[in-house]
Amino acid sequence: MKKINTPLDLNKIKSLKAGQEFLLSGTIYTARDQAHKRLVGAVKSGKKLPIELKNAVIYYCGPTNTPKGKVIGSCGPTTSSRMDEFTPLLLAKGLRVMIGKGARSEEVRQAIKKNKGVYFVTYAGCGALLAKHVKEAKVVAYADLGPEAILKLKVKDFPLIVAIDANGGNIYGQA
Amino acid sequence: MRRVEAVKISKAVTELVRKASLFLRKDVLSALSRAYAAEKNKQAKTILKAILDNAAYARQEKLAICQDTGLPVVFIQIGQDVAVRGDLKSAINKGIEEGYRKHYLRNSIVGDSLQRGRSGFLPCIIHTDIVKGNKIKLTILPKGFGCENKSQLKMFKPTANIEEVKEFIVKAVKDAGPDACPPYVIGVGIGGTADYAGIMAKKALLRKISSRNSKLEKDLLKRINKTGIGPMGLGGANTALAVHIQTHPTHIAGLPVSVNISCHALRSASVTL
Repeated sequence: MKKINTPLDLNKIKSLKAGQEFLLSGTIYTARDQAHKRLVGAVKSGKKLPIELKNAVIYYCGPTNTPKGKVIGSCGPTTSSRMDEFTPLLLAKGLRVMIGKGARSEEVRQAIKKNKGVYFVTYAGCGALLAKHVKEAKVVAYADLGPEAILKLKVKDFPLIVAIDANGGNIYGQA
Repeated sequence: MRRVEAVKISKAVTELVRKASLFLRKDVLSALSRAYAAEKNKQAKTILKAILDNAAYARQEKLAICQDTGLPVVFIQIGQDVAVRGDLKSAINKGIEEGYRKHYLRNSIVGDSLQRGRSGFLPCIIHTDIVKGNKIKLTILPKGFGCENKSQLKMFKPTANIEEVKEFIVKAVKDAGPDACPPYVIGVGIGGTADYAGIMAKKALLRKISSRNSKLEKDLLKRINKTGIGPMGLGGANTALAVHIQTHPTHIAGLPVSVNISCHALRSASVTL
């Protein structure tokens, strides 16, 4: 399988096609419901964000607690559609790459196309297996959110399928 | 009257948390293996392989099968000839907390549903049945919310025909689409009241997946698998592993039908004390 690394530059993103599979290595950030709500709140009130959105990869994930002696616990993707209401604004502010599970709204598909981003899915309900690919994990923001805190992860050969590409191509079909 | 110490119940619940969260049910594993063997879509087959590998890796590494270790739902059947010494409800919750902590499961429960705030392990939801005899049967179903969010209830008119009911159940699965981690197990509750239909739909998920199914269940499974949603919603012949229906008498004025979907990581464990 083809390998890709972060940061994913614009040319690389534009070359990705819905349905293609890759193994990703590099740095990604976890963020799910409450972290999204706070990020968008911060953007709207003009506050500085705790992570740089430009070149960032956001992974919709809230891992279990970390077992003793392990880097991370089970850490599969959560349902992406719950993040749909927040995504267009984050894309407008420089975010390009997202990882999750399931379909996105038509609005998100259009925003991905407009901002030349990409939405990947990874193996859903396979959190134990995906933990194998995480080499480092550190809380970088919103620690009070517990499992919903933003974590910085170093991943190696993390399996991905392109679900929505920069041209708006969508493996789930158009809404 | 037989007596059971509450502390014994706590310990049993802690063990059920471990069993359910780290070891995928044998009947679910078998159903997934059969789906893998039968699947012709290449990508779907790869995904089913990853799901099976995930279960094996979780077992080997003592990791949670899924990071969503669920909202713990506990079913307790208490024989009418057994008395619990101590606080039963606290004992169950204590057992849940101990199990979740010990096995590094996720603290997914927010105390205030509207205000949200910090999450913890408790409380669990307890459904109690009083039965004959002097035994206590405990069952835990850690229910992930990716699939719980796709639950549906419809109060049909009493004159509704079976085709409308079938259509509603199939539509609930289509509405869930790729989001709730297919291949699913579909729990259905028909009859009773709105709340009781919901509990029946959830209880239906506890039934062992087997070849013994009603004609209605078989027919629904066939129709659901014809949708072609497939593993991860990327196509294939396996959208659901099983459809389980529980029924109950109802009122002349209505027909409640509840659908409770489970992701492929259908986790539960039971013990009788």
